[in-house]
Amino acid sequence: MKTNTIAAIATAMSSSGIGIVRISGEEAFEIIDKIYKGKERLSKAPSHTIHYGHICDGDQVIDEVLVMIMKGPRSYTAEDTIEIDCHGGVLITKKVLETVLKYGARPAEPGEFTKRAFLNGRIDLSQAEAVIDVINAKNDYALKSSVKQLEGSISGKIRDIRESIIYHIAYIESALDDPEHISLDGYSDELSAAIAPLKTEISRLLKSADKGRVMAEGIRTVIMGKPNAGKSSLMNVLVGEERAIVTDVAGTTRDTLEENIRLEDISLNIIDTAGIRETEDIVEKIGVEKARNAAEEADLIIYVADGSCPLDENDEEILSFIEGRKAVVLLNKTDITMVLTVDQLKERTSHQIIPVSAKERLGIESLEEEIKNMFYQGEIDFNDEIYITNVRHKNALEGALKSLQMVEQSIENSMPEDFYSIDLMDAYEQLGSIIGEAVEDDLVNEIFSKFCMGK
Amino acid sequence: MSNLEETYDIVIVGAGHAGCEAALACARLGLETIIFTVSVDSIALMPCNPNIGGSSKGHLVRELDALGGEMGKNIDKTFIQSKMLNQSKGPAVHSLRAQADKQNYSSEMRKTLENTDHLTIRQAEISEIVVEDGILTGVKSVSGAIYHCKAAVLATGTYLQARCIYGEVSMHTGPNGLQSANLLTDSLKANGIEMFRFKTGTPARVDKRSIDFSKMEEQFGDERVVPFSFSTDPESVQKDQISCWLTYTNEETHEIIRANIDRSPMYSGVIEGTGARYCPSIEDKVVKFPDKIRHQVFVEPEGLNTNEMYLAGMSSSLPEDVQFAMYRTVPGLEHVNIVRNAYAIEYDCINPRQLHSTLEFQSISGLFSGGQFNGSSGYEEAAVQGFMAGVNAAMKVKGRPQYVLDRSQAYIGVLIDDLVTKENLEPYRMMTSRAEYRLLLRQDNADLRLMKIGYDIGLISEEQYNRLIWKEQVIEEEVKRLESTNIGASKEVQTFLEEHGSTPLKTGTTLAELVRRPELNYVMLTNLDSKRSELPDDVAEQVDINIKYDGYIRRQQQQVNQYKKLESKKLDPDFDYSKVKSLRNEAVQKLNLYKPMSIGQASRISGVSPSDISVLLVFLEHLRHQKQEG
Repeated sequence: MKTNTIAAIATAMSSSGIGIVRISGEEAFEIIDKIYKGKERLSKAPSHTIHYGHICDGDQVIDEVLVMIMKGPRSYTAEDTIEIDCHGGVLITKKVLETVLKYGARPAEPGEFTKRAFLNGRIDLSQAEAVIDVINAKNDYALKSSVKQLEGSISGKIRDIRESIIYHIAYIESALDDPEHISLDGYSDELSAAIAPLKTEISRLLKSADKGRVMAEGIRTVIMGKPNAGKSSLMNVLVGEERAIVTDVAGTTRDTLEENIRLEDISLNIIDTAGIRETEDIVEKIGVEKARNAAEEADLIIYVADGSCPLDENDEEILSFIEGRKAVVLLNKTDITMVLTVDQLKERTSHQIIPVSAKERLGIESLEEEIKNMFYQGEIDFNDEIYITNVRHKNALEGALKSLQMVEQSIENSMPEDFYSIDLMDAYEQLGSIIGEAVEDDLVNEIFSKFCMGK
Repeated sequence: MSNLEETYDIVIVGAGHAGCEAALACARLGLETIIFTVSVDSIALMPCNPNIGGSSKGHLVRELDALGGEMGKNIDKTFIQSKMLNQSKGPAVHSLRAQADKQNYSSEMRKTLENTDHLTIRQAEISEIVVEDGILTGVKSVSGAIYHCKAAVLATGTYLQARCIYGEVSMHTGPNGLQSANLLTDSLKANGIEMFRFKTGTPARVDKRSIDFSKMEEQFGDERVVPFSFSTDPESVQKDQISCWLTYTNEETHEIIRANIDRSPMYSGVIEGTGARYCPSIEDKVVKFPDKIRHQVFVEPEGLNTNEMYLAGMSSSLPEDVQFAMYRTVPGLEHVNIVRNAYAIEYDCINPRQLHSTLEFQSISGLFSGGQFNGSSGYEEAAVQGFMAGVNAAMKVKGRPQYVLDRSQAYIGVLIDDLVTKENLEPYRMMTSRAEYRLLLRQDNADLRLMKIGYDIGLISEEQYNRLIWKEQVIEEEVKRLESTNIGASKEVQTFLEEHGSTPLKTGTTLAELVRRPELNYVMLTNLDSKRSELPDDVAEQVDINIKYDGYIRRQQQQVNQYKKLESKKLDPDFDYSKVKSLRNEAVQKLNLYKPMSIGQASRISGVSPSDISVLLVFLEHLRHQKQEG
């Protein structure tokens, strides 16, 4: 049963050291009482007060926090609202959110806080249209990023699992609708056998969701450039300067290497083409193609031009690709004799051009300065929807897994077969929400296409 | 030349299962009602299968009965075999199905109609609806007679421009060779109503004397028959029953069908109408499921006073000679003699999205419709729509509020909501999987769910209502008693549990906990429960189910609460959605077309996304604020 209490990270996760997790809804206090350890129970504390304490999952301390409590209707959404200020950085903020979800909230839909605020009369009427736009924009983004994240094998796997589930629901349902034609004798054994591998597959997806998520946050930054332009040196320089907080996880689904670096309080998720390089000597083109694919989804592109040789076909392609996108152009190799000049590049691109020497670490500060400027002036922004979508996916996978366990339990308790399809349908819907597919007439269609019914 | 001219409160067009329920409801509510049929001899005719009920259809009949309809009472009077289907499964999918004596069913219903006050029966074909400024004012018959009325219910079944087809033969008749109604369609179209053409089919009726039953499996009715109607005394339906018989097609049958498939009008393109997937002809089954080496054939009596037998599972539109050949390959039917051959029938019906949930046309005030005319199939689906259309027509005339059952209240609600909100491209059949909250919508609790509404409408008697109130109270008290009655691990209890293959108790528990064990139930615990007073079967059944499936029931109840929230946000059916900025074009089109009555209904329209719904919610709120301030 889905709760009506929602939670999300309320701050853009990259732009500040403090992350705020916001909870809104009837069960907000019930949830915070379960996970907050401090001097007093927050449900008993007066409204509009701030409390120091720790967020814990059972015995495990997640973070040291400040919690602000606001009882409805005097809050943004006019519902009981709690804001948790987390201090441990991006990852910890997410851990706190996950803990909140674990203890009973559900991830907020795009724009849901705003929507509630409006529906509860907290926002001025003149803003109604704006609210609608927010909902639409956020939905579009969530949908896009959701599909983006799922390209390829994962959505394929989810489709396979769903296909198997709907087959079994259809089988049960057709037997219920037409008991004289289709029998369920001995069927529960068959169903048990079918569910086990589905559960394994979902658990596997859950594990990979955990791994993949680390890199899905921050400003997605892609370094492009022809072979030997100095992309990897640049990466090393950038990463090297911030070694202390670098997390490096090899991309699991794509063969690029991703690294997370921090420029002051901006989190950059840099996708190097290191993985691509290995294929370069086979076909040079592939390097550009692959980088381009990664760059399609990027928030920021760093184009490294090789100052030691004239612009070639590869450069031309990159230059036209970055037109109209957020990008910075680096003219690399100022340490050796330059064949290519800033002026030559200026004729070809409207983006900011910064001469650097990745090898000698010259000009790197200017690059960092430029990125910070772009960020603070709002030219590039990081959208936390990617992360939120991710949480939603994980939540749905967990829900589906739980529903399948319920089916097993019903089988074990020798419940009648019609009860199996309730939980199977639940799993089917949960998985469908990940790949953006509603149920509609799936079941009826499956029944008629797979089973021969009736008179 | 002058024409006959009469005035009634309500006109019903068609006297099939929908028309009869509509007419009875209106007349019983005291309104002057006239019902038209092309043949008085075919009132409540069962032109296809000889049974009432079946999975989920049985639910419809019970619900109809709880509201004050007639079908359940009529089948209780005329059944010749009865079965509760799915008894080994959960209570939600138990469903009654009875074999009817067709002729008797029809004449009993006719008798009821004939003896109902305020009801006039007239044999005539209605050819026109009269609409003035978007309001229905009357109907005209082929003779030119005019019948003024305040409301009308169209229930023309499969008769509109009907065409019966088998092989190369095509005849412009309704079912069973009855006269079709060929003029009304044009009048409807002229009034802007969008028509569909649907198709259905029926198998051959054969002579019982030509069947060798020794080669078939005998199918008996239940030993203890449960009546359909809540007002039928259960003892009165315990009577001798007639058997049905089961046999199978085989490769030889399929070979004949395959060899002649080019002569099937379905495959040669003669039939244009859309058929239903759940009711495939035998040739469809053979073509679509080539791996199945045999299909079941149920041989069912058409009545007590006839030798005709119905071959369920083998409907067909193959030519007559092929029909003889294929039926005669089936064990037991080697020498079978066909009385009436199988055929397909095509007919006009409406696109039901033109209706409100009250079954009134969106564009014509006072015009209602029900049954196969609305694109459904089945006697039971027809009857419940006819009833709801009749009730709402009556309410309209009386100036009382209309009745719409929602998806959490009844299968009837699911059926009508599906018809008016979903794209309906084939004859619609009720299925248990279409009901989201089926654990709550059981056939055993139809009275508890709906009888109060029936009483409110005015079609349930004071006596029935009082019994219902008593029943509710007793159930509640008994459930409470069991939840709070402790039971210790005494020797008597442990022995009882052992005898029933149930784990012995380690500590004390409650009687309710024991009821929840899959291997036990309420009745079995009688001897352990010294304080129990004797309860009628139907009450004991409710206590058992309420305790046993408590967890699941509560879960669905929570889902229903969520669902109700969106249903309770009403929309103005005449609202122009193009005024809402930010709604996607597709959503605007669909919403303007379907004219949903609530946000919940809007969310079920295909092509309307969750973000469209959010936009609508915000917009609604905006409107509400404006009104408050204005």
